[in-house]
Amino acid sequence: MPTPEDIQGWIQAGLPRAEVRVAGDGRHFEAVIVDDGFAGQSLLARHQMVYDALGARMKADIHALSMQTLTPDEHRARGA
Amino acid sequence: MSVHEQLKQVIESNEVVLFMKGTPDFPQCGFSGRTAQILQACDTRFASVDVLADDAVRQGIKDYSNWPTVPQLYVRGEFIGGCDIMTQLYESGELQKILKPETAPN
Repeated sequence: MPTPEDIQGWIQAGLPRAEVRVAGDGRHFEAVIVDDGFAGQSLLARHQMVYDALGARMKADIHALSMQTLTPDEHRARGA
Repeated sequence: MSVHEQLKQVIESNEVVLFMKGTPDFPQCGFSGRTAQILQACDTRFASVDVLADDAVRQGIKDYSNWPTVPQLYVRGEFIGGCDIMTQLYESGELQKILKPETAPN
């Protein structure tokens, strides 16, 4: 079963400029992904970018991944 | 008729369609249950499809939208998202606008 670090690495590999933080219990994971490439993208398109980065692993290993997909400005605005 | 064509027909012949695990009354997964609750909270009539009843549908819907998980929501033929996105859109009030464009305050 994947660890948060595995998932962080997979996303990072697909979105090299992104800042990625992942937490989770082995089946359900929460990720915060900050990337200026999200600017002007719909929520759906942003999530699709992350799923594309995860590729086939998403279908096999990860039951549930909840995501916050933010641009650097949105991230700062949330004070996260 | 191929699975893809069957799915296309269901999606295009219902204004709101939720592909989920189980049924709104008996969801088989927390995320599926949550999405059905959100639609009910929005007072929206919707068709639901239990992907657990047919493996071809369960896999086919993921290919149809190039989205790896279920549940999946479609409104007027357009893929909206899964539980995560529906929750975020609901909390921002965006989902209500998508579901009922004519009654949404602007």
